[in-house]
Order: sequence, then C-alpha cells, then structure tokens
Amino acid sequence: MTDWRNACAIPLAGLADLSVWDFQDCVSVGLMKGAQLLALFGVPARVGGRQDAVAGGHQDAGASEDPDCVRLFAVLGHPGNGTLEPFSTVVKDSFLSLAPIHPQVQLFERELAEKWRVKPQGHPWFKPVRFERPSRDGADLWEAHPAACGTADFFRVGGEEVHEVAVGPVHAGIIEPGHFRFQCHGETVYHLEILLGYQHRGIERALTGGPGPRTLHFMETAAGDTTIGHATAHCQLAEAVFGLAVPPRGRVLRGVALELERMANHIGDLGALAGDVGFLPTQAFCGRIRGDVLNLTARLCGNRFGRGLVRPGGVAFDAEPARVREVVRLLEQALADATGAIDLLWESGSVLARFEGTGPVSAETATRIGLVGPAARACGLSQDVRRDYPCGIWADAPIEVPTLSTGDVFARARIRWEEIRVSAEWILANLADLPDGAVRAPDAPPTAAPWPADTLAVSLTEGWRGRICHAAVTGPDGRFAAYKIVDPSFFNWFGLAQALRDQEISDFPLCNKSFNLSYCGFDL
Amino acid sequence: MSGILKTRLQQGHRTFTWPDGPLPPLPDRFRGRPSLGDAACPENCGKCLGACPTGALHLEDGKAALDTGRCLFCGACATACPALRITFTAEHRLASATREGLVVRPGDEDLPPRKVALARKLFSRSLKLREVSAGGCNACEADTNVLGTLAWDLGRFGISFVASPRHADGILVTGPVPENMRLALLKTWEAVPAPKVCIVVGACAISGGPFAGHGEVHDGAAGLIPVDLFIPGCPPHPLTILDGLLALIGRID
Repeated sequence: MTDWRNACAIPLAGLADLSVWDFQDCVSVGLMKGAQLLALFGVPARVGGRQDAVAGGHQDAGASEDPDCVRLFAVLGHPGNGTLEPFSTVVKDSFLSLAPIHPQVQLFERELAEKWRVKPQGHPWFKPVRFERPSRDGADLWEAHPAACGTADFFRVGGEEVHEVAVGPVHAGIIEPGHFRFQCHGETVYHLEILLGYQHRGIERALTGGPGPRTLHFMETAAGDTTIGHATAHCQLAEAVFGLAVPPRGRVLRGVALELERMANHIGDLGALAGDVGFLPTQAFCGRIRGDVLNLTARLCGNRFGRGLVRPGGVAFDAEPARVREVVRLLEQALADATGAIDLLWESGSVLARFEGTGPVSAETATRIGLVGPAARACGLSQDVRRDYPCGIWADAPIEVPTLSTGDVFARARIRWEEIRVSAEWILANLADLPDGAVRAPDAPPTAAPWPADTLAVSLTEGWRGRICHAAVTGPDGRFAAYKIVDPSFFNWFGLAQALRDQEISDFPLCNKSFNLSYCGFDL
Repeated sequence: MSGILKTRLQQGHRTFTWPDGPLPPLPDRFRGRPSLGDAACPENCGKCLGACPTGALHLEDGKAALDTGRCLFCGACATACPALRITFTAEHRLASATREGLVVRPGDEDLPPRKVALARKLFSRSLKLREVSAGGCNACEADTNVLGTLAWDLGRFGISFVASPRHADGILVTGPVPENMRLALLKTWEAVPAPKVCIVVGACAISGGPFAGHGEVHDGAAGLIPVDLFIPGCPPHPLTILDGLLALIGRID
C-alpha cells in the first residue's frame, strides 16, 4: 500500500472502499491511536468507488450507483510518520454516530446531515451547522429546516437563579457576526454555546463543477485574514494533481508570505488582548506594527493580505534583490518594535494577573475535541503541519515548534509571541539564502482547466490559526465533484466554548480574542 | 512604568499627517484605479472580458469599460490584454457617491462624484458609524478597523465606530450580505435614527464580489438599503477607505 503524504493525488480506483461498519471502525481506531481526523465529507455516490469492491460484497450490491446514496470520504493524518490515510464508503440515509466517543467528529457529522441528509444516529447534539441548503433531495432531518439562521434549540441550564445571556449576531466591534448563548449563575458561565452560519456564502457549493475563473478568489476570501494559508493549501492540491514542481525561489517566497501572515495576525491579536485588559501601550503599538507587517506583504504583491500572490506552480511576483533587502530591513525594524511592545505584557503584573489562569483548556480536552494550531500548542499538544506533514519549503527548511502547557489565555498569548519570533527568524534566514531562478513552474495550466479525472487530492498547510485541510474529488470529467475546506476554526470554536466553562462572563472578550477564530472560514 | 516610557520613546510618533501633510506611502505594486487607454480595441478581441472572474468588464462602442464596483483588482485583465490598454494606477481615490460613478471608461481621468450633501451638512464634524459585517471575509473589516489605530487616528476627524446602532449616524457594510445575515442587517439599519447614511466597503458589499450570483447571498447591500457611498476594492486600502469617509463629510474634496 502506498504511503500518502501531504499534497497527494490519489486515483479513486486505488482508494480503500469499505463497508460503513469498517469505515467507522477505521476512523474510531485511528483516533484512539492518536491519528487526526483531517476531513470527513460526502459526494454523490456515483463518483468513485471500485467496482470489484461492490462485487466483492463489501456493501449493498449496486449501492454506489444509487442516486439516493452518498459516498463518504475520511482522511486521517498520522502525525508520527507524516502519512495520510484516506478511505471511503457509501451510506444511504443514516449511519451510527461516532460523536459520543470521539467529540472531534461531531461537527463533521452534523455537516454531513445538513449537506447530504444522512443522519448520524445517536448524535448527542444534533443541530444544523451553518443553515445551508442541502445538496441532495430528501426528507428534512430537522422539522423546522430550512429554518432562518439561528433558529435552533440551545442547551439550557435550569434553576431559579440561572440566567441566559444572548449576544449577536451583530457584535459591538468591527468583527464578523455570530451568536453566543451563555448559561450563567451570577457572573459565572456554566456553559457557552456558539451558533454560526451568518457568514455562509456558499463557497463549497459554488466550487462543485469547478475549477473555474473564481476558484482562486474563493480560496483567497474563504477566510480573508488567511489568504496565503488557504491559497497555499489549494495550490498544493493543483500542483499534486498536475505533478508541478514549484521552483526553489518560489517555494521560499511562499513560505515567507505564510510567515508574514502569521506574524501580522499574532501581533494584531496581542495588541487586542492588551486592549481587552485595558493595557493601552501595547494595544496602541501593536495596532500599528501589525500594519507594518501587512505592508511587507503588500511590498511583495501590492495587496496587504497577499491577494494575487500565491498561484499554482509558485508565486505570481518575483522579488528582485533590492526588494528583498528592503523587506529584510523593514522586517528587522518591525521585529524590534514588536519585541519592545510585547515585552511590556510579560513585565506588567496587572496584565499577567488577568491572563494567567483565565480560560484554561486541558490537554485532554484539547485532544478529544481535536483542537489545532497555537490554541492546541498552548495546551501542550506539540502539533504543526509544517513539521508533522512537511510539504514544499517546509521539507527543506524546517521550523521550530514551541509549545506551552497551561492552556490558558496567558499560554495562548505567549505562544503567539514565540511564533512571531520563530517566524521572523525563519524569514530572515531564508531570505538571506534566497535561491536564484524562476518563481513559478512554467507549465502551470490555466486556473480554470479541468483536473485529472477520478482523483482525490488532499493538502494541508499550517495557517496562523492552525491546520488547514483542502480536499478535492474530481469526477470522470475532471471537474470537482466535491471540494472540502476545513478551516482551523472548524475545530477551535468548540475549544473557545470549553475555555469559558466556570469563567466569569466578563472574561469572554479576553478568551475570545486569545483564540480569535474565523467566522467566515467556518461558515464558508 | 519606566519600560513603558522607554518603549514609547523607541516607537516614536507615527500618526500620518495626511490630509494636511503628504500621502502615506503606498507599495509600488499597489493596484489602484484602473486606466483604460483610449485606442480602439481590436475587433472580436474580448480577452479581458474572458479573464475577469467577476464580469467587471463590458464593451461600450467596441471599447472596454471597467466597473470598479465588481473589480477584485487582481490584474487578470491587464495581463490578458494583448494591446496593454489596461493598467492599474497608483490612484487610491476610488470612492463614489453613485453606483454609475464606479465605471471607468477609456480616457476617463476624472474622479467619481463624491459629494453627499446631507452628510456634508450634518456630519462634517462628527460621524458615528455602526459597522455590519455581512459575509465579509475579515479583510475589509480589518482594513476598516486599522483606521482606528494610532497610525491613521480616525478620531481626529470626528469619525468613530460605535457599538449601538442607536448611537450611530449611519452604517458601514462589508460583505456580500448572505441570506443568513439579511435580517440582522436590516434590523441594524432600521435601528439607526434618521437622517442616516449607508456606506458600503469592498467589492462584496457593492456587487457580491466573488460571490455574486450565489443563491446564498444578496449581491451586496445596495438592493436592500439605499447607499450613499461606495468604496471599491478587495479589500480597499485603508487610505482608500479613509479618503472616501473624508470626502463624504467634506473634510477633503
């Protein structure tokens, strides 16, 4: 059996086609052994499937031809050896929910129910994910569905002195919409439930039948503050299916863009965290320094968020020596400014008193709910796509992965600072040694050209919020039968809800900012 | 405390002096207002139309015109044009008081109309806005938010973002307005006391941007709310947004 690795193109004919029972067993046993569930999604059953497997009695004969059936794909990742394990099955109306034993599966299962009308039997908290239109005809699984966004039952704590606080969808600042429902006793939050969907723009549905002229733009706006992260994940897919080799210079520039994106967001968030505890110097400084880092990305490609930079086969803009020198000079300046501004946090007792012990998430909880990114590393989970599933530049130029153990706001803040430092050092080291040559493979096909037929492609990137997974399944015509985007926020919103347990409601903004999750990346 | 003062000295004074002083620097690869050469296009070319992901270009009398309200400023049209007639200039002033003003035609060098009489009369010294992100990807939001930092210091113009629509003189909308967000947007708008203004920021809020035509969205706010100012971009540079806001209240022309 082939060892599949990050950015792989797998012929559907070679994919393990399991019975539903074996499929669930593979997911369950894999998770118990420490694998990560990277993606779980559906396509119409006519796509893919090995005919011999059907004939071999692994499933109901002819089920894969039944238009009423849905083919499920799961991709497990094994961080120990960097391999990916994809497999598939066909289901009709329902399957047994794994969520009661593996909480990290729960949202994937609800998503399958919402998109494909297959019911996870025994799901402990069965409700819509983002109030989207189903992709398949059939009976509604929710009586009130399709209901207006936000119309759903919430978990309620009973008792005379218990009260409920509802916030959103429109929030007090310049931020995206979402609904938060707190169950409180006095100031203490017993339970927080987060309901999203307000940002749903239909990206995955629109990608079906692609790629098309807008495909790259969907990637760049799936979560706009993670333009480079999502564009890189997508381009790695295209490069895998077409066998494109990104030239060394292009690989480095992509890595630089990814780390600049990480630095800018982390610096901005540390400033906002300072603001949330009323520590104005760091808030004021970081707000500006974040802009300085965004301007470095703009120096590379003209856009502060990196729109138009990452393209299949490499990057669309080269950086001539004078430009590289200027970026290095300005980055050194920004790092010096950031160091001064952020060190103030660790030197101020009043800041540390508010950060330490607030909103803790245990390593055990983090593992069970599948927390990713800096939020997971703050709990002591040493995981990072750049190290565990290296691809592109990360195979040539590894990066240090810091971890902390307390899992509180302090750890989530401090880990950001460690990552800012590591990213800056990595950029400076790699720009000092920038290879010559082209920045983009000359044979990159047009973005709207069909992909190789009957293929599953999977790619991972470590965005600034954590692991980004893109998976595409092409049909016989080389068009997307499904394109799955798993933003790190898909896992981490539940982490925020867990962090709020037994905390004071007034600490919500602080906890929220320490995660700073994406609404649109979740809602798509 | 001494650490704070030392850092303060190290960081220095960083607020831009514009509009009284020079413009803040823009990156040399910045893609601002497009310029279309006045020469006739070769017959049956249409390469730019095919290259545009959002249908921002159309032909008028055989010449291409570009609707910056749909434009993502990706530059695909400029690359596709065999006659090199399309260039994206460093001009950051893109805001328009009318939807039609967003369309750039060959040889068109004038700025779009930017005067909103009501805003100049009522809000010239104080404009409080409620921001509503309705499907925005957090890029327009971030570059609106950045105006509040000390580098831009929006407060010095009497403009600020407030938490309650009841305290606001208007709303600033980002995003293509998903159906899931329609009700919340309309309720926010209705909660703002009249007279009020509506500003839309970014290709999504103007026309739906890359999501135009999706059944899940309303192709921006203009179909639901009367719009007083359109600020194009994907996302617009903070300078473009600030320029639009200052033109709206008459602080600049």
